[in-house]
Amino acid sequence: MRRWLPPLAIVLALLCAWELAARLDVIADALKLEPFLVPSPSEIAQALWQDRGLLTDNAWVTLQEVLAGFALSVAAGVSFAIVLHLSPTLRRAFYPLLVASQTVPIVVVAPILVVWFGFGIGPKLAIIALICFFPITVNTLDGLGSVDPDLVKMMRTLDASRWQTFLRVEGPSALPYFFSGAKIAVAVAVIGAVFGEWAGSSSGLGHLIQEASAQLQTERTFAAVFVLSALAIALFALLAALERRIAWWGPNGTRS
Amino acid sequence: MTSEAPVAEPQPVQRAAESAAGGSDALAGAGEATPRTLGAGVAIRGLAHAFGGLRVIERLDLTVEPGEVLGIVGPSGCGKSTLLELVSGLRAPQAGTIEVEGAASPAERLARCAYMPQRDLLLPWLAAIDNAALALRNRGASRAEARRVAHPLFERFGLAGFERSRPAELSGGMRQRIAFLRTLLAGKPVLLLDEPFASLDAITRAEMQEWLAEALATESRTAVLVTHDVEEALYVSDRVTVLSARPASPVAELAAPEPRALPRLDAVTSQGFTSARERALAALSGGAR
Repeated sequence: MRRWLPPLAIVLALLCAWELAARLDVIADALKLEPFLVPSPSEIAQALWQDRGLLTDNAWVTLQEVLAGFALSVAAGVSFAIVLHLSPTLRRAFYPLLVASQTVPIVVVAPILVVWFGFGIGPKLAIIALICFFPITVNTLDGLGSVDPDLVKMMRTLDASRWQTFLRVEGPSALPYFFSGAKIAVAVAVIGAVFGEWAGSSSGLGHLIQEASAQLQTERTFAAVFVLSALAIALFALLAALERRIAWWGPNGTRS
Repeated sequence: MTSEAPVAEPQPVQRAAESAAGGSDALAGAGEATPRTLGAGVAIRGLAHAFGGLRVIERLDLTVEPGEVLGIVGPSGCGKSTLLELVSGLRAPQAGTIEVEGAASPAERLARCAYMPQRDLLLPWLAAIDNAALALRNRGASRAEARRVAHPLFERFGLAGFERSRPAELSGGMRQRIAFLRTLLAGKPVLLLDEPFASLDAITRAEMQEWLAEALATESRTAVLVTHDVEEALYVSDRVTVLSARPASPVAELAAPEPRALPRLDAVTSQGFTSARERALAALSGGAR
């Protein structure tokens, strides 16, 4: 409980300051805006409650996109990392391409993907998977590569096949690394979903944010952003909890 | 965390009746007190090895009789670990021949040697008994089968009750004993022990030497113990070879001081032991010059 007190106090203090500034129109005056464009936290809370049906429906759409896209990139990223680990030649060949994939600005690619795949879930999955792929693959690959060479040697003296060494030593060693990558990936996956929805969609939190801000419904925009962050934090926490249970020998494990 | 838990440290090795569970090929040779037949031991002729321009081993001849425990001492960095890696087949020598049980190729030697490294190298995600039984699993035994074979050895080597412990929960001495069981359960005729107790504190180390001497006496396998501790080599082995500084070659050979199989404290303070130790140390410092 004591651990949560400092961050809670900071958040509360910031909210109070914001509330006060919004009510006294300090921010709106400073930015020369109409007061209704700068909602106070209490107004946002109100919007959260009033729009709860709308927010839940759209959050559900976004959550589905995030989960499917994330699952896709876990499957692809882990398999790719294993292939690159087992073949140094392929690793040398593909590694630059892997890095290049991360330098592509997703915002620019998103509209193209919509043109190719239409307005359905397809382009969103592609964008989320593209964003998540890099941290998952690179971390898993690093994990597989950082196995203590003495452990591999020991397995050789214990009659292990290449596959058994992978299964019993390299895989478990890499698991905490995989989780590090997956935690980064799931947090940015939510951003990917918003980009995808902005490029073309009829529902989802990103779509809602776009629509609300176009109509100057700032409290609704803030409410949607709030739900979006909460979603990302919840997914991150879920993965962190999974990591503690599954990769308990790692640095974030329950018993290290 | 490798805390030195206040657990029961070495209890005398029980010379309990064998319960060698036969059956599948994966379990062959494992858990037996004495290998069926003692083979041809180890024969090294004219061995030489260098890393780049650094000559580590030169003109090395060594023989280990079947069933014998040979101690090898030498100054730090003289190439003792490299020697064991060469014998085990993990590394191919640049010159000379090595025969283990009559087999000369690295792959064949790898199949005949069990190698115990300096660090325990226990897998943190496996329970103690699964670490010990790793070789059985690699040869295709199911987890239940492997545990069934490993279980009696936990009793015999003073580890009863710790089968399901995680390595992180065990003391350094116990971890090293599990690493030794893992080496035994590999079921190979030749054991190669590379400074097995180098990372332990002095008291645990002394206790483990006593434990190892008894364990090797009950197992009667061919073994090579590499160490920089003259006392350890003399106490545990049947015969001790002193190596020179790099490039390593033998400078002296000593028979284990009589009488054998005394409690450690009596053994190391006996007249024969102290004079053997002095001779070994003299050879070591001569070889280092």
